[in-house]
Amino acid sequence: MHKPIRFVVDYVSYVVRGSPKFYVWMACLAVLIVVWAYAFFVQATEGLAVTGLNNQVSDGLYLGNFAFLVGVAAAAVTVVFPAYVYHHKALHDVTVLGEMVAISAVIMANLFVLSHLGRPDRAWHMAPIIGIFNFPDAMLPLDALVLMGYLLLNLVCGFYFLYTKYTGGRVNNSWYIPLIYVSIVWALSIHTVTAFLFNTMPARPFWHHSMLPIQFIATAFAAGPALIILIFLIIRRNTKLSIADEAINLLSTIVTFCLGIALFLLMSEVVTTLYHPAEHALGLEYLMFGVQGLSPLVAWFWAALAANIVAFVMLLIPRVRKDYRLLPVACVLIFAGIWVQKGSGLLVPGYIPSPIGEFSNYLPTTLEVLVGLGNWAIGFFILTILAKGAIGILLGEVKYASEPLGVRSGVVTPFRTSFEPTRMQPWAPSSDPDARVEVGGGAGRGSRARRQGRVAVG
Amino acid sequence: MPQEKKASLVDLDKEPPSQRAAPPGQAEKHEQTVSSSRRGFLKDAGGLGIASLMGAAALLTNSDDAQAKTEWAEWFQGNYRLMTDKEKAQAKARLEKRYSQEYGKPVTVDTTPAKEGVLFGYALNIQKCIGCRRCVKACVEENNQSRGAAQEIEWIRVLKMEKGAFTPEKMNQGYPDPVGIQVGGNAYSAAGVTLEGEHYYQPEQVPEKDAFYMPIACMQCEKPPCVKVCPVRTTYREADGIVVIDYNWCIGCRLCMNACPYWARRFNWRAPILPKEEMNPKTHYMGNRPRMQGVVEKCTFCVQRTRQGRYPACVEVCPVGARQFGNLLDPNSEVSRILARKRVFRLRAELNTYPKFFYYMD
Repeated sequence: MHKPIRFVVDYVSYVVRGSPKFYVWMACLAVLIVVWAYAFFVQATEGLAVTGLNNQVSDGLYLGNFAFLVGVAAAAVTVVFPAYVYHHKALHDVTVLGEMVAISAVIMANLFVLSHLGRPDRAWHMAPIIGIFNFPDAMLPLDALVLMGYLLLNLVCGFYFLYTKYTGGRVNNSWYIPLIYVSIVWALSIHTVTAFLFNTMPARPFWHHSMLPIQFIATAFAAGPALIILIFLIIRRNTKLSIADEAINLLSTIVTFCLGIALFLLMSEVVTTLYHPAEHALGLEYLMFGVQGLSPLVAWFWAALAANIVAFVMLLIPRVRKDYRLLPVACVLIFAGIWVQKGSGLLVPGYIPSPIGEFSNYLPTTLEVLVGLGNWAIGFFILTILAKGAIGILLGEVKYASEPLGVRSGVVTPFRTSFEPTRMQPWAPSSDPDARVEVGGGAGRGSRARRQGRVAVG
Repeated sequence: MPQEKKASLVDLDKEPPSQRAAPPGQAEKHEQTVSSSRRGFLKDAGGLGIASLMGAAALLTNSDDAQAKTEWAEWFQGNYRLMTDKEKAQAKARLEKRYSQEYGKPVTVDTTPAKEGVLFGYALNIQKCIGCRRCVKACVEENNQSRGAAQEIEWIRVLKMEKGAFTPEKMNQGYPDPVGIQVGGNAYSAAGVTLEGEHYYQPEQVPEKDAFYMPIACMQCEKPPCVKVCPVRTTYREADGIVVIDYNWCIGCRLCMNACPYWARRFNWRAPILPKEEMNPKTHYMGNRPRMQGVVEKCTFCVQRTRQGRYPACVEVCPVGARQFGNLLDPNSEVSRILARKRVFRLRAELNTYPKFFYYMD
C-alpha cells in the first residue's frame, strides 16, 4: 500500500508548486469559482426565475454548453484513436493529456446539466437503484449514464497509465488495450446519445432530423481537437514537455477534415430546410435572417459561420496549418464558431417559435452567465491540476523512489519509465531550462525543433 | 417576408399579465407575504440538500424542528407509484399537515386512484367558443396555480384564430418569382384552424368580429411524448387516461416541456404565488395540491373533481356549453355521443400522440 499513497502525495505536492504564472491563473479561476458558488446558491434558492429562461424558451445557455462540452469530451478520441489503432507514436506519448481533457470536459458537462435542473437537490432521482432510471425510454438518464461511464473509463485508463509510469512498471496490455478500445467506441456513444436527447422530439422540428448525431460528432471533432491543439501549444511553451510536431499536425489535419464535413452538413441542412420553407423552417429562418425583425441570433450565426469558413480556408493551406503562430488563431476561431453554432445557435431556435407559433426573446441574465463561467472555471481548474500532474509524470519529475522528494527532484531516472520496454527514454537534465525533452524520440522531432536549432537530448 | 401569422410578438415575460380581477394593491400584498414564507421554506430545503452532503450531524440538528422534519421526510420519499399503501398514507398525512399549517385552513389531499372501466375524454366545440376565457380563470382558481405578475401560470390558453385577410391591396404587395410562385402579399395570409394563434388578445368584448377561438390545454395523449422523455418517470399516464405528475419526484429538467407538441406544460421558475385565502383546500396528490419551486405542472382534467364523479371546473364554468367531458368507454356519455355524431378532429394528429382531447363543429 506504500506506492499508491506515495503516488498521491507526490502528485499533489508536485501540482501545488508552480511558477507565478501558474498561481495567477489558478487564482483567476478560483475567483470565478467563488462567484459561481454565490450565483449557484442564488439560483438554487430563488429558482430559475433568476435566469433569462421562460416557458417558451425553457433551455438556453446551460444545455447549449452541455452539448458543446460533451463534444469536447468525446473529442479525446481524436488523440486516443490514432495513438492506439494506428500506433501514431507522437500522439501515443501524450494520449494521457487527451484523457485529462476528456475528464475535465465531462465534469463541466455534468455541472451544466446540474445547473439547468429546477431541483438540483433531487438529481439523485435519476440514478439507478436509489432513484428511478427510466431506461430505455428516456434519453437524459442514458446520457448521464454514458457520461459517467466515460468519466470512469478515462479516470481508470489515464490514472492507471500515470501510475505505472510513476512506479516504473509496465502497463498490463491484456486489459488496458481492450479498455482503450472500449473508450474509443464509448466516446462516439456519448455524443450520439446527447444528439438523441435533442433530436428525438417531433415537437421541435429544428432538432428533429437524423443528421443531428453526425453533425454533433463532426463539429465535436473539429472543436475538440482545436482545443487540444491550443492546450498542447500552451504546454510546449510553458513546460519542459515538448510535444512532437507530428502530434499537433495530425490533430490539425483531423480538425480540417471534420470542419469540412461539418460545414457540408450545415449547407445540406440549410438547403433542405429553406428550399421550400415550411413552418418547420421558422427556427432556421429565425437563426439566419430573423423573423419579423426579431433577430437576436443573426449576428452570432453569421459571425460563427465566418469564423468557421475563415479557419477552414486557413487550415486547407498546409503551410498555414503547420505555422504554429497561425494555427492557434484558426483553432480559436473554430472553437468559438462551433461554440456559438452548437450552443445558443442550436438550442434557442429549437424553442422559437414555440409549438403554438409564438416568438419570444431569450437573453441570458448576468447571473446565468456567471454560473456558466463558473462551470467552465471549475473545469479548467481541474484540467490544470490533472494536466500538470500528468506532465510531471511524463517528464519523470514525479516518480516513485524511496528518498524524500527534495532529494529526488532533478535527478535523471535510474530506471526505465517507458511502458515500451525496448525503447530508451531520453530524459533531459532538468537543471538546463532550455533543454526540451522530446518525449516522442527522434521520429517525433519536427520542423519546430529544427527551426529553433534545438537538439533533443538522446 | 416571412409568414405574418406567426408574429405574436411577445416580450421577455414568463407569462404576460392578463386581465386578472384582483385589485393590484391586494395582490401585491399577498405576493409579498406568501413569497417570504415560501422563500424561507425553500431556503430550509436548500439547507437540507446541503445537509445531506454534510451528513448525519446536520440531520440531527434540524430534526428538532417539526417543519424541517416534514420536509426532510418529503425529500426522501420515493416515487408515488412505487410507494406501499402505508407510505402513500404517510405521504398524504404529511402533506395535509404541512399545507394546513402553511395556508391556515384544513387542507385535504385526496389520493383516490383511477376507477376501472373509465377512460376520460374531452370534447370542445370550436364553433361555440366565444373566447371569454372564463375557463382559464376557473382553472386557475380550482387548481391553485401561481398568480400575479411575478409568475402567472395558466394551464388553458385560448388561441385567437384569424379568418384570413385576402385584400385587393395585397395584390400589389410581394412579387411573383421567375416561374410565377408568389412571394409575399396574399400568399402569406394565414387563415383557418392551425395550432398557431394569438393568445394574448385583449378585446373590448368577445366574440370579436374577425376571429374565432381555439382553447388549448393538455391533450392527455394516449401516447404522451412527455411521459416517454421523463428521466425519472415522475410524469406518467394513469389507468383512466390522465397524464399526471408527482411533484415531489420531479427534478425540473423540463424535457417534458420540450417534448410536448401542444405547449401544455408550465414550469415553476420561482416559488408559486398562492395567497392563503384564494387557496382551494380540496386537493388531489396528482392534481391541484400546491406545487413547489422548480417543478413542472399541467392540466390534469381536474383529477380531484373527476375522480369524484364531478365535471372539470372549465366544463362547469363555460357559458356557451362548448366544453364536454365524459367517459370514452361509456357509449352514452356526452363525449362518446359527440365522437359518434359530430365532425371531430384532433390537434397535430400527424404526430401520433392520440390526444383524448377532441375538437368538433356542429
